[in-house]
Amino acid sequence: MSEVTVRKQKIKKDTVRIRLILFGSLALLLLLCSIFSDYLTPYDPYLQDLGNAKAPPSAAHLFGTDRYGRDMLSRVIVGSRTSIYSTLLLVGIVTALGTAVGVFCGWHGKWIDTVLMRISDMFLAFPGLVFAMAVAGVLGGGLQNAIIALAAISWPKYARIARSQTLAQKETPWLKAALLSGSGTWKILFKHVLPNIIGPILVTSMLDIGTMMMELAGLSFLGLGAKPPTAEWGSMMSDTRSLLTTRPWVTLAPGFAIFVSVMIFNLLGDTIRDYADPKSRRR
Amino acid sequence: MEPVLKVSDLTKVFTGRGHADLTAVDHISFELHSGECLGLIGESGSGKTTVVNMITRLLDASGGSILLDGRDITRVRGKELRMAYRKMQMVFQTPADSFDPRRTLGDGIGESLRNLGLSREETKKEVARLLTECGLTPDFAGRYPHEVSGGQCQRAAIARALSVKPRLLICDEATSSLDVTIQKEIVALLNELRSQRGGELSILFICHDIALVQQFCDRVLVMYRGRIVEQGIPDAIIRDPGDAYTRRLIDSIL
Repeated sequence: MSEVTVRKQKIKKDTVRIRLILFGSLALLLLLCSIFSDYLTPYDPYLQDLGNAKAPPSAAHLFGTDRYGRDMLSRVIVGSRTSIYSTLLLVGIVTALGTAVGVFCGWHGKWIDTVLMRISDMFLAFPGLVFAMAVAGVLGGGLQNAIIALAAISWPKYARIARSQTLAQKETPWLKAALLSGSGTWKILFKHVLPNIIGPILVTSMLDIGTMMMELAGLSFLGLGAKPPTAEWGSMMSDTRSLLTTRPWVTLAPGFAIFVSVMIFNLLGDTIRDYADPKSRRR
Repeated sequence: MEPVLKVSDLTKVFTGRGHADLTAVDHISFELHSGECLGLIGESGSGKTTVVNMITRLLDASGGSILLDGRDITRVRGKELRMAYRKMQMVFQTPADSFDPRRTLGDGIGESLRNLGLSREETKKEVARLLTECGLTPDFAGRYPHEVSGGQCQRAAIARALSVKPRLLICDEATSSLDVTIQKEIVALLNELRSQRGGELSILFICHDIALVQQFCDRVLVMYRGRIVEQGIPDAIIRDPGDAYTRRLIDSIL
């Protein structure tokens, strides 16, 4: 009986590892694709060819061409750079900012904690994307401002996780022992607190990559993100949505790209969560 | 001779939110002399741990004063507090949790040595010496807390506490989570370390096992509901308890 359960767990563990390798390499492929996008495009993504506009998918243009005759495949590949880079930048900013605020609140406590947490409550009380639109509207369009807007609404989640984890750490005997060892605050935060809380935070940020990518694309779709002619998946969809009924490939190509990359990052996030789960790590 | 630790009128009141305030420690005073081993016993909730947390300044006192080696440490912070930690160290109740799970035992023991300004090499040598002194082998420095047993971990915790050559060692139920034979070993180790250091090391031994206190301590304080209800030599108290709670405590064992 016991042998059967042991075997079952082993198989489950192995699938987690296989999934990690699979989705990890897919995500890596996506990243490489965006880094080397300049060399992968079959055509110049900004070169207009009005004589060949709105052409359906063919051997020469796999995803067809848009209303200016630009090759859709090339634009989707180049767009990956804008989309993926800005998403990773956004997730990086939000993770770092939220963690810093949360650790500070949890460690310091007292009135600073109360003030910062009430501020984060305020940010959480607004419907996220609407608030981001307002911020982006005030700051003016552009990819940079879209990132700032989304960072402004997303940090409270990370601050909350980091804060609760820090509070839990503060109560542990090993942290008291570190205090008694005469280590200063910074040393304790970087050597003991941060390494012990970073796991769940990283998992959350992995899971958020997909959401952030969609929200950035959403802002761009609304005209508050990347400006034309910059190839960005959200704005590409928005530019061409009038062609959806007659020339669907023009809209569907960037949509498909968003779908695939969000999917890959979500699955990777899920897998990392499973992998980091102490229950799945137990022998 | 000046006592190593002098606690006067120490009080801790936890302010209630929506209910009455709780006086966890109620004006307690005691002295701990150089080289002495003082036991502190009492049931759960009697305030033993609160007293210890106030002495180690992990918790702020509501009133009273704590003098360590003649210096008032009741309100010290930052650098001064870190200086106080060179004279006072602590061994915790749960050995496995008293070391950072992501760092080796050697890292944990060496942390205060590094903070004292020792080089990496010196620290490594000193950690090996401390481990040997506490009945472990130097290779334990490379192990993680989950790779050693509770007793071994507690030995490492004692090694860590002794690394700064403290005058006062506080053992907060340091033997409670270990089984009886290992308890004996740890107490024997503490006894040995104390006799090696002559009058240099004083121990405040928090415990709820009166039999262990009788074997190990020179003097004992009995706490009940935040007050010290009785103090004296363990044998005398066990033979002739003066307080109703102490009598109950002794009756429950014998």
